[in-house]
Amino acid sequence: MNAIELSRVSKIYQKYSRRRQFATLKSALLSGSLIRDLRPDDTFAAVRDVSFTVSGGRTLGVIGRNGSGKSTLLKLVAGITKPSEGHLSVRGRISALIELGAGFHPEISGRENVFINGIMLGLSKKEITRRFDEIVEFAELQEFIDAPVKTYSSGMYMRLGFAVAIHVDPDVLLVDEVLAVGDEGFTHKCLDKFAEFKRRGKTILLVTHSLGLVERFCDEALWLDGGSVKALGDPKRVVGAYITDVETSEEQELAKADAKAQESAATMSPDEPASAVLPDHPIDSATAPADMFRATEGRWGSREVEITDVALVGPDGERSHVFHSGESFNVRLRLRAPVAISDFVVGIGIFNAEGVCCYGTNTDIEQLKGERIFGDAEAVFSIESLDLVEGTYKLDVAVHRADGYPYDYHRLLHTFRVKSRTKDVGIYRPKHEWQFSDTMTFTRSGEL
Amino acid sequence: MFHNLARLARYRGLIQSLVARELKARYRGSVLGFFWSFINPLLLLLIYSFVFKYFLPRSANDLPHYELFLFSGLLPWTWFSASLLESSGVLISGGNLIKKVLFPAEVLPIVTVLANMVHFFLGLPILAGFLVYFGAPLQLSELVWFPVVVLVQLVLTLGFALLLSALTVHFRDLRDILTNLMNFWFFATPIIYPYTVIFGDPKTEVTAPGWVATLLKVNPFTHLAISYQEILYFPGPVGHVFWLLVLGVVSVVWFLVGYFVFDRLRDTFAEEV
Repeated sequence: MNAIELSRVSKIYQKYSRRRQFATLKSALLSGSLIRDLRPDDTFAAVRDVSFTVSGGRTLGVIGRNGSGKSTLLKLVAGITKPSEGHLSVRGRISALIELGAGFHPEISGRENVFINGIMLGLSKKEITRRFDEIVEFAELQEFIDAPVKTYSSGMYMRLGFAVAIHVDPDVLLVDEVLAVGDEGFTHKCLDKFAEFKRRGKTILLVTHSLGLVERFCDEALWLDGGSVKALGDPKRVVGAYITDVETSEEQELAKADAKAQESAATMSPDEPASAVLPDHPIDSATAPADMFRATEGRWGSREVEITDVALVGPDGERSHVFHSGESFNVRLRLRAPVAISDFVVGIGIFNAEGVCCYGTNTDIEQLKGERIFGDAEAVFSIESLDLVEGTYKLDVAVHRADGYPYDYHRLLHTFRVKSRTKDVGIYRPKHEWQFSDTMTFTRSGEL
Repeated sequence: MFHNLARLARYRGLIQSLVARELKARYRGSVLGFFWSFINPLLLLLIYSFVFKYFLPRSANDLPHYELFLFSGLLPWTWFSASLLESSGVLISGGNLIKKVLFPAEVLPIVTVLANMVHFFLGLPILAGFLVYFGAPLQLSELVWFPVVVLVQLVLTLGFALLLSALTVHFRDLRDILTNLMNFWFFATPIIYPYTVIFGDPKTEVTAPGWVATLLKVNPFTHLAISYQEILYFPGPVGHVFWLLVLGVVSVVWFLVGYFVFDRLRDTFAEEV
């Protein structure tokens, strides 16, 4: 039996022009255009022709970018807004965790708010009395339950809202990205509660940005894009397709930003003394991190040797801006020296978003002494395994004399992003493994 | 529409607890707390009787125990006007509920009206005190009409509240218009002056032009005010029963109109507030 059924559901919002926005009752009456003005000038489909069913006891995860219509979809299922077109039916009592504690009144105590909120969500007074202790315990607010809600921290507020909503004992639970309500411990408690719901055969519709959660927890996934269903089905497949899509657009965005940065750098005349921005510290100068922090992006140098192209290349040999942690990573530099030069050093530096130098090296440091460069040349810096944690990184590339005199210095001009399925922290991910004695065991909660 | 109306009965518990919350929250944190429900009407009465006894004594002169006369019209008016003014903004300020929770929106204006009715009831002991103090000629046969008047006023006020709350979502100007309108409405109702001033009691000379009398007659609150005054203030039997019953029928119709409009606009609230 289907708990949630949508067939060709659309939600069309009306966009009014400036004229309509300032129109008021008076002007509408005066011009006699009340009816006409109430008609929209333009429409916007937040949800477009969406059909799916969730059978009882299943969990559906809804993913998609911001503004893709996920929350509107949830509100439609919850019955808060009505579909403009199509048919929608939901069987059983619904509880929607859309905005937690939306009905709380700040002046009255948590205790009274629990009762009123519970009644709003469809419980009877008796039912609330019976579950009251459980709710308070779940929210971890035993000490504060008689204080006015306005004195609560936002976390306490959310926890109480969550606790009430979850104890409504719905047949269909709608969840909109609310797992970020508390600390780790509380989040786990919420997940446990969801798991319990699942066990008891309740239907859950989960809107989230946490893709891992969708893969781990949902029976099916729905990917919304621009209001329409882009994919529906096995969570692993849908999430995979979604990640690929996000990376593609990120790639495009980074490429655009990169092109822009280089364009603005190119407008600097080659011989402009870059020393104004940064004293001639070559990239290999390990003693100059302070200056590294201060430096902003830019390009400078005499251009006696010029870096004509910088390409970041992934394992597939294609230029890219998005890389996966642990994959190979290559920086390919095209150089040109109009006249033969014998004193040159090629260097590279990787910085994270905070400006911390993650790694820097150059040919001089690695005991390679420049002999001769003339005409077009190519240098490739290869990393076999890009062991950085997830984040955005910037690249310095430079050609300079051994004494630091710059030929061509690209400061933070190239951006790339590292993606990782593991949410570990820091900068560098050393190759590692865990070893445990037989007396401790684990189960895998997801795949890396 | 009637299906939704029937559903309203199921929200009794919700309405009840929201009214209680409203009353609790209003005075939370103030020193006198709940006593404000008594003090507020008392102070209002004091101001009006001061003004009309000493600054504008003309209309007061004819009426013995002017305070009592004034109070019997002023107390219900306060309930009426406060309900209308508050309910016009209630959907907008309760936007969070309408947008984020599956919540029957009509509960909000209804709660507003009922909370103000409770304030009205809390003012009644003061009124009773005045009645006793002035030795008003109360008769049981008159007093039985009191709940009827209250009921008619409740239905009428609910109709206005539903209509205004729904329309204000689309036309925010209504709130400002209403503030001024209520001022005028107050003076166009025989509360500070007796209706005989306009309606042509043989004893008083009629000075107002005819259309003013018409305005007063079509003003629904006129009939409520007169009813209250006849029951509580004027001696003799209640003479306004016919008009009160007519108003009762009108109020029921008005309530249905208000609910109809509200119901029609219901689906737009979540998007507009």
